[in-house]
Amino acid sequence: MNPQIFDKLKTLAEAAKYDVSCASSGTSRPNSEKGLGSAAGWGICHSFTEDGRCVSLLKTMLTNYCIYDCGYCANRRSNDIPRTTFSVSELVELTIEFYRRNYIEGLFLSSGIVRNADYTMERMVRVAKDLRTIHRYNGYIHLKSIPGASRELVAEAGLYADRLSCNIEMPSEQSLKLIAPDKDYQSVFRPMHYIQQGVLENKEDRKKFRHAPRFAPAGQSTQMIIGGSPDDDNKILHLANAMYQRPAMKRVYYSGYIHINQYDTRLPALITPPLVRENRLYQSDWLMRFYGFKVDEIVNEKHPNLELEIDPKLSWALRNPQFFPVDVNTADYEMILRIPGVGVKSAQLIIASRKFGRLTSENLKKIGVVMKRARYFITCNELPTFTVNEAKPEYIRRALTEPTKKKRKTNERQMKIPFEG
Amino acid sequence: MLYYLYDNTFEGFLTAVFDIYFRKENPERIVNQTTDILLFTETHTIITDEEKASRVFLGLKKKISRSALNMLYLCFLSELPDIELILLRYIQKSLASDISIETNFADDDVLELSKIHKKVSREAERMRMFVRFQKTADGLFFAAMEPLYNVLPICADFFQDRYADQAWLIYDTRRQFGLYYDLKTVEIVRFEQTPDFLRNGKIKQEQQDESETAFQDLWKDYLSSITIRERKNLKLQRQFMPKRFWKYLVEKS
Ligand code: SF4
Repeated sequence: MNPQIFDKLKTLAEAAKYDVSCASSGTSRPNSEKGLGSAAGWGICHSFTEDGRCVSLLKTMLTNYCIYDCGYCANRRSNDIPRTTFSVSELVELTIEFYRRNYIEGLFLSSGIVRNADYTMERMVRVAKDLRTIHRYNGYIHLKSIPGASRELVAEAGLYADRLSCNIEMPSEQSLKLIAPDKDYQSVFRPMHYIQQGVLENKEDRKKFRHAPRFAPAGQSTQMIIGGSPDDDNKILHLANAMYQRPAMKRVYYSGYIHINQYDTRLPALITPPLVRENRLYQSDWLMRFYGFKVDEIVNEKHPNLELEIDPKLSWALRNPQFFPVDVNTADYEMILRIPGVGVKSAQLIIASRKFGRLTSENLKKIGVVMKRARYFITCNELPTFTVNEAKPEYIRRALTEPTKKKRKTNERQMKIPFEG
Repeated sequence: MLYYLYDNTFEGFLTAVFDIYFRKENPERIVNQTTDILLFTETHTIITDEEKASRVFLGLKKKISRSALNMLYLCFLSELPDIELILLRYIQKSLASDISIETNFADDDVLELSKIHKKVSREAERMRMFVRFQKTADGLFFAAMEPLYNVLPICADFFQDRYADQAWLIYDTRRQFGLYYDLKTVEIVRFEQTPDFLRNGKIKQEQQDESETAFQDLWKDYLSSITIRERKNLKLQRQFMPKRFWKYLVEKS
C-alpha cells in the first residue's frame, strides 16, 4: 500500500465533508451471483462522528485541485491549501476494503474540476465502472455530477451509479453568480435534465426489455446552501418544491452556511452556522413530502420566513386555529397528520386502533402522541376542552416554548430530526 | 403454583402453548429449565415437539398475518423476563377472536409487544450497523458482538447476502455462539474454550492480515477528517451509537 494514501484520504475526505447528503437509501440491489455487496434499500448508518452525523458512505473527493473559484468552497482556486489527487485504483481499493469490513454502505464521490468538466467526469465514471465490472461490487455508489459535463458522460455515469446529484448551491441564480462567478443555473440544470431524461428513458426500456441495465435507480438529489445569501425561506422552499415536481428528484438537502472564507466580503461573517434554521427547513421539507402540506401553507409572501422558536407544523396550526380541534375518533388521516404532536407513525396507529373502539387520551399517550402539544388541538372521548380556540394561539405558543427551552438546545443540533409533531 | 419448564426454543414455547390448551392449565410462569425453582412449586416439563408446535403455528396462521407471526418470533428473541406470558396472552386472544387483534393498540398486550418488537428490530439493525470485521491472516473476516437480545439468527440472511464472496464469522460473546459462513452456507458454531481474542474481540497482530491495521487506521483517520468541529456534539453521538457497542468498534476502542 502506498503510504501517501493516509494523507490523501485525510485531505480529500476533509475537502468533501460539507456535502451533507448522507443518505444511501432508495435502492434495493440484491447481490448477484455471489459478488460483493447489496444495497439494502434503506440507508444503514455504520458510525456517527463526534458531531453526531450518520456515517454511511465513504465520502471523498477524487481531487481537490480546482480551476473554479466559488466563494463558499474551501477548494476554490484562490484558497491556499494542500492539494492532492487519488488514483482510480487507490479509491477503488479503499472502497472495497472498507466495504468488506462493514464500515460503509458505499461510495459518495465528488471532485474539484481539473482541466475541464469532461476530463474530470470521465475519471469519476472510471472509478464507478471498475467497482462494478472488475470487482463485481453491488454496494451503493453516488456520483456528484460535474457542472457542465456532457450528456454522454452523464449517461455512462448513470449506468454504474445508484444516485447522481447536481448541487444547485445557492437558492437563487443571482446569489450563485455573485459568489460562484464560473457557474450559472444552466450548468447545473443541464446535467440535472440529462439525468432526468436518462431515468425516464430507462423506465421505458425496462418495460420493453426486462433486463435492460438500470439507470441511476435511486434517482437524483441536490443541495443548497442557506444563510450564505439574503434569500428567504419562502424562496428556498418554493425552489425545493419546484425541484420535487421533477421526476426522479428524490431529495433536496439544506446546508447551513459555514464561514470558511474569512476575507471574502461577498459572504456574511456568521459566527455559528444557522443550525436551527437548517433544521426548520428540513422539517418543512418533511411536511411537504410526508404530511401532505402545500408549500404555500408553510411559507408565503405574508409569512416569508420560518419561525425559529417553534416547528413549522405547530406554527401552521397556530396560524390556522379554525381547523381545530380535530376529533381523533372520526377525522380522516390527512387531518390527523396535521395535529401538532402526532407523527406519521402515531397517525397510522390511531387509524388502525380506533376500529376496535373509541380512543381515550390514555390510549393516545401510549400510542406515542405527544400529548403536551396535541391536547390543545384535539378532542377525544373525555378530554377537557381547553383547545386552541378557548385559549388563544398566543397562550399556547408561550406554554409550549418556555418550559422546553433547555431541552431544545440539545435536540436542535441534529441534522435529521425524526419528525414527531 | 404451577411452572412450565421448557428448553428456551421457540418451538419449545409453542409446544408449551399446545399443552396449556390440551391440559386446560393456567401456569403462573413459563420458564427455562435451568431456572432455579422454589421448593414447593409444581412443575410440568415441556418436551419440545415439532408436531404440537406446528399445530399451534398453523392455528395462529388462520387468525393473524404473516408479519404478526414474525413479530411474535422477534419478541420471543428479546428473552425478556416473562415475555412468554405476554406472548401467551396475545396468542390466546388471537385464537379467541374472530378478527385479527394485531392492530388493536388499545389492548395492552398488543401495544407492549409492538414496543418490544421495535426494540428487537432496532437491536438487529444495530448489528447490521456496528458489526466490524477484522481480516485474519487466513482470509476470514471476524467480528465479535454482544447484542442485548438474541438477534444474531435473524441477521444471518443480511450478512450472507451482502458478504457472499468472503468467509466470515460473527460471534455473540454474551450467548457464546456464532454464525460462520464458508462461502456456501451459514452455520451455528461454538468455541469449546474461549479463545483469547474473544475476551476483547480483537485479533492479535500476528494473526491478522498484513494490511488489517492499515485499514483500521485509515477508517479512524477518515472519521476524524469528516467531523465538523464547529458542530461537535458528543451527547448526540452517544445517543445514536450507545457506549455498550464501543468495545467492539474499531473507531472507538
Ligand atoms: S467547482 Fe466545486 S470544487 Fe471547485 S470551487 Fe466550485 S464548489 Fe469548489
